Amino acid sequence: MSNQKKCFDQVLIETRKVNKVFGSGKKSVHAVKDMDFLLHKGEIVSIVGQSGSGKTTLAKILLGLLKETNGEIIYDGKRRDLSSLQKRRAYWQNIQAIFQDPFSTFNQFFRVEKILNDCLNLQELGHLSIEEKRDRMRDACQFVNLKYEELYNKYPFELSGGQMQRLMIARIFMMKPNVLIADEPTSMIDACSRSTILDMLMKLRDERQMTILFITHDLGLAYYVSDTLYIMENGETVERGEASQVILNPQHPYTRRLVSDVPKLREEWDLELA
Amino acid sequence: MAEQVLKVKDLKTFYRTRLKENVYAVDGVSLELEEGKVLGIAGESGCGKSTLALSLMGFYFPPLNFGGGSIEINGTDIMKLPYETLRTHYLGKEIAYIPQAAMNALNPTRKLVHFAIDILSEHRKDLTKEQMISLTREKFDFLQLPERALWAYPSELSGGMKQRAVIALSTLLNPKVLIADEPSSALDVSSQKVVIALLRKMLNEKLVKSMIFITHELPLLRHVADEIVVMYAGELVEKGTSEQVIFDPVHPYSYALMRSIIVPEEGMKAQKLSCIPGAPPNLKNVPEGCRFADRCAYAIDACRQKKIEIDVFSEGRYKRCLHSVASLRAMYEAEDLPQETGGSVHE
Repeated sequence: MSNQKKCFDQVLIETRKVNKVFGSGKKSVHAVKDMDFLLHKGEIVSIVGQSGSGKTTLAKILLGLLKETNGEIIYDGKRRDLSSLQKRRAYWQNIQAIFQDPFSTFNQFFRVEKILNDCLNLQELGHLSIEEKRDRMRDACQFVNLKYEELYNKYPFELSGGQMQRLMIARIFMMKPNVLIADEPTSMIDACSRSTILDMLMKLRDERQMTILFITHDLGLAYYVSDTLYIMENGETVERGEASQVILNPQHPYTRRLVSDVPKLREEWDLELA
Repeated sequence: MAEQVLKVKDLKTFYRTRLKENVYAVDGVSLELEEGKVLGIAGESGCGKSTLALSLMGFYFPPLNFGGGSIEINGTDIMKLPYETLRTHYLGKEIAYIPQAAMNALNPTRKLVHFAIDILSEHRKDLTKEQMISLTREKFDFLQLPERALWAYPSELSGGMKQRAVIALSTLLNPKVLIADEPSSALDVSSQKVVIALLRKMLNEKLVKSMIFITHELPLLRHVADEIVVMYAGELVEKGTSEQVIFDPVHPYSYALMRSIIVPEEGMKAQKLSCIPGAPPNLKNVPEGCRFADRCAYAIDACRQKKIEIDVFSEGRYKRCLHSVASLRAMYEAEDLPQETGGSVHE
């Protein structure tokens, strides 16, 4: 990868004035408000916000797991249409996700082999010979430093958190999606496994020109990996821009507070109580 | 020199599995803690940090068992005391513990004030009920909890408030040593900052004499701890002041750990992120030699042959590594030279 500033011109996903309201009447919650959002091909975007800021809701809308209340979502130049199962399947071949809790992402009754085999089926590769399927699964496991021979016969609960999260990335490796939505992919694992996971995701991005959307509350991570940052508060974007700009020179008071609340290494941490 | 509050020598504790195997999660740990100081314990998940925290209380529930060593609080070895004395005179008064998951530590069917009365009626029999409540109220006030929290059930409070309530309950008797096991890992950055600031304030006002702070978040330790020990597979592998360990780590494991820190700070984006290959050894059968050897880039044959002893190389600093400090530093420097290829994560 070069050190030049990358330019992204091809828009992959665009949302126009997307809203999401849960409930109705007095008890309704406006989780996402007039969200305008751009995701370019090959770009890494992070959405940062505290719990309850609506970032996961937005991710679910983008994934097509939740329906937006109103607004438009444009995928690859066309209005996104998820009206039939067939269309949804086609959409999910292009857009995939990693979730926060590795322990609850896999079906506990399926062995690792079946989980990986299902990826091939979803890609309509079910007709391949068993040897060929195994080879592909082995490759995917190797990519994430797991040993297929040790794992294929295990159930998800027999793996550690870090292993499961890596298995999740092995799935992504096999699915070859255009877009990956990573919802707090590293919040449940320690710093050391975190860098391993990030390393693998960056490798995928470089090899495949994959577009990644990180949803996180970890400012350090967002700053480190992303090209563009969105800061969300109460369903609204309060600040957006180039990652270094937003973190090193925050404009909005909310961003400033967020940045100052994170312990740094070299800067002093102001521990005065308000 | 300040008074030494806690002295742990060669502590060993193990879990007994159903197959009657002994798994040593804390294997020969020695540490000292002076009054007014905060000792940080760092390490990845599963290295024995939390087991060490539990073990320091001198209080063992199966499957955790005591395997040897001594824990001295103000010169008294609490492992030699009968269980009743330990419970009435030490737990809560001399040494207290803040558990990792505050949400699970509180009985959901009891109001917070009743937990406090429980604790006080056991340890402070001289107080009337009104005095107990007002003492608790003072503590809650100090931790910026509203009056309402006192009469609330745990489920009525937010995560940050629950964590502060647990801290209030743990420190009701102004313990000499407070063991905080990841007190802020379940909180968002803003509540985390409040909790940390309050813990520091307690220490400054001498409500707590000294603290052991366990976390895997190293930037946090940099601001909280005076000294840091790094733990790996049940053993301590390096010790130093927090500045020394974070900015000038010596042991290859701590070096790799420090290189995996990500903070939103200038220059971070250009830094190379390291990741340690492989996984920690299974504690059921740990290697005889250096426990980190299989994942270490600098391991030589001698590393695997016999148990590596602690090597004190300067005042208050030690490492558990065969290589000399000078050669380790030289190796790190050589690795730091710009390379065209490598495991760089970013640009």
